[in-house]
Amino acid sequence: MDVVEIARWQFGIITVYHFLFVPITIGLSAIIAIFETMWIRTGNPVYLRLTKFFGKLFLINFAIGLVTGIVQEFQFGMNWSDYSRFVGDVFGSFLAIEGLLAFFLESTFLGLWIFGWDKLPRWLHAGCMWLVHIGTLLSSYFILAANSWMQHPVGHSYNPETGRAELTDFWAVMFNKVQVVAFPHVVTACYLTGGAFVLGVSAWLHLRKRTKDEDRPMYLTGVRISAWIVLVAGLGTAITGDLQGKVMTEVQPMKMAAAEGLYETSESCAPFSVFTVGTPDGRHEKFAVTVPCLLSFLGTGTFDGKVEGINPLREKYAEEYGTDPGAAYYHPTDYVPVIPVTYWSFRFMIGLGMGAAAGAALLLWGLRGGRRPQARWWSWLALSLPFAAVFANSFGWIFTEMGRQPWVVYGLMTVDNAVSPGVSVGEALTSLLVLTGLYAVLAVIEFGLLVKYVKAGAEPFVEPPDPSLSSSDDADDAPLTFAY
Amino acid sequence: MELTTVWFILIAVLWIGYFTLEGFDFGVGMLLPVLARNDTERRVMINTIGPVWDGNEVWVLVAGGATFAAFPEWYATLFSGFYLPLLAILVALILRGLAFEYRHKRPEADWQANWDRAIIYGSLVPAFLWGVAFANIVRGVPIDASFEFTGTTLTLLNPFGLLGGVVTTLLFLTHGALFIALKTDGDIRHRARALALRLGAAAAVAAVAFLAWTQAITGNGNSAPAFVVAALALVAGLVAASRGREGWAFTGTFVTIALAVAGLFLALFPDVMPSTTDAAHSLTATNAAATAYTLKVMTWVALVFTPIVIGYQAWSYWVFRKRIATHHIPTPELAAEGAGAR
Repeated sequence: MDVVEIARWQFGIITVYHFLFVPITIGLSAIIAIFETMWIRTGNPVYLRLTKFFGKLFLINFAIGLVTGIVQEFQFGMNWSDYSRFVGDVFGSFLAIEGLLAFFLESTFLGLWIFGWDKLPRWLHAGCMWLVHIGTLLSSYFILAANSWMQHPVGHSYNPETGRAELTDFWAVMFNKVQVVAFPHVVTACYLTGGAFVLGVSAWLHLRKRTKDEDRPMYLTGVRISAWIVLVAGLGTAITGDLQGKVMTEVQPMKMAAAEGLYETSESCAPFSVFTVGTPDGRHEKFAVTVPCLLSFLGTGTFDGKVEGINPLREKYAEEYGTDPGAAYYHPTDYVPVIPVTYWSFRFMIGLGMGAAAGAALLLWGLRGGRRPQARWWSWLALSLPFAAVFANSFGWIFTEMGRQPWVVYGLMTVDNAVSPGVSVGEALTSLLVLTGLYAVLAVIEFGLLVKYVKAGAEPFVEPPDPSLSSSDDADDAPLTFAY
Repeated sequence: MELTTVWFILIAVLWIGYFTLEGFDFGVGMLLPVLARNDTERRVMINTIGPVWDGNEVWVLVAGGATFAAFPEWYATLFSGFYLPLLAILVALILRGLAFEYRHKRPEADWQANWDRAIIYGSLVPAFLWGVAFANIVRGVPIDASFEFTGTTLTLLNPFGLLGGVVTTLLFLTHGALFIALKTDGDIRHRARALALRLGAAAAVAAVAFLAWTQAITGNGNSAPAFVVAALALVAGLVAASRGREGWAFTGTFVTIALAVAGLFLALFPDVMPSTTDAAHSLTATNAAATAYTLKVMTWVALVFTPIVIGYQAWSYWVFRKRIATHHIPTPELAAEGAGAR
């Protein structure tokens, strides 16, 4: 293994792992803020119990998302220093702005939310969770702007003297056409995921035999709110995903051709592949099940639009970017991503995401009017929803990033040229093994805690102190409402 | 003023923010086995930093991100060059951050003891290694013509670097002990104050030696006054501590750390990472910088948002201004009945 390969494995593992927790954090912070706001507005204790219950699960999940996020920022410099030199001007500035605008907001107000139950007026306390949520949205906007620039570099010029991409137009990067569709797609997917998490847990607790009967209406409230969130977000994800597919067909035709297993250009009426097997060298189709003309529609918006295939695109890219080893900032390489990975991750993304939405509809129908179906599979369906949503996100990222290969910055820099020249195989391998091993252990711990706290269910209602009512003398000597 | 200079100063400010703030929560973490006599006292200590440690840690993320943006060459050389120490810091910060959140999530004694270890070593390792890293940045490291670090991890473990690590560790221990004295009440407060005096004496000796050595190898007319006032602030802080003035004592170590870091950056300027191989290969605030346009955009963002961030972080310290004592810690029975039942 060389450093490039090790660094790629590390980036893939560390990033996909981090992103298991991110969508839950983004979606769940909004749902908890909604629950808490509804408690303040209605005074219904059910909403407070849901706030606290999902708040606890949220914190278990947030903690691991937070600490694995630190590695994300550091590994650009550690493993990909030539990338960092090349893009610091553009990518680095978006990362820095993300930190300043989002990370401080999230961490400070989450601290206030966790420990502030007996110190802040109720509306301010709920406002803290809203601010945490706004922080997560800001964070996604800036990091996705940085990523969208890697997918479709705009607003910069290449300076051959310094050998780097230099920012020329900040707003062009902010409103990159890839970003404008990627952000709503990722955010709706996050709401879908947060909703699926609340739905899965609430429905499972509602269906479970051990649950106290007086608690079932509360879980049912959780089911109803979250199922609608999943359905609306699912629709939003589908619409934005379709728009994104069209933009991608335009800016990265190879990625979409690989996603479709479309080997030859179709002048009109390209078929959508439901199942395609190609030859191992990725040059020819062997067997395919297709829906006629659907791909043309998905990619271009008309049923007879032209969709380019892998083989002609390969020729075109070689002509455009060359195969000359002496060329300034690219590498002689094959311009085709790994087709099976691209093809299947695309399908798993869509299938699992839409599956989660369908599951939500089914649960909403099955549990209508407080029904409690006895068949075991309802419980399994509930529990499978969070996993379906989370893995749909993972496959989405695998598709997006793998489909761009061999580029790290599309058309500008290949992955081979991005790696740190000074890092040894030993160092890179140490890092890969240490982090992967650590993450594996943490996954077991985190999952164990989530299971423990889900099984325990929501705590009984306790009226929290309202600092705007109580005199401060009593409060001074009372035990903390929340303490580590 | 040149924008590259502005950003050099802003990066220094971010590191000052990081070391003065996370410095005390590292100190509290390292002192966990020393100051606390039982689990309730350990929880008192952890709860003094509970609401704020995460916000403190963001300073390093923003410092890293700002370096990436404003000085990409510096970020690339530093992070790929100091690879294994940074990996150790990352592992430490991961375990430490989880420990605060997960420690109380299960009642078993060995579960909690393991997370306590994560807090202790997760605080000690970065406290020491950041000192090693900064000492080496200021002293210079082998860098070749293409700005690549050509040394190994052992290159960094030189006497000057190791002394730097000892100094940050001792300063953070003192800073943390004074924070505990300031934020707790009862027995632990008195123990913390007594311990701060002893730690502070050791920190003063090590810090004076390190700052004098720094001044000798790379210092200038700007760094010298910063170092002198840093040392005086430490002495003044310890005097205040011995008289029971905990607020002033903590302010003393706060100023000490701020000025010591400021002095290191002043000694460094205009370099950001000198090369010991050949001075011509040194990374400077100019040759490591991003373009003027990027710096301009980022300057606007920083000018608007940094005061807001400092404002709400300060407010969060104000919200949690009260001292914590053992009777504020909810008992396990209470927790079992439902958090905050009273």
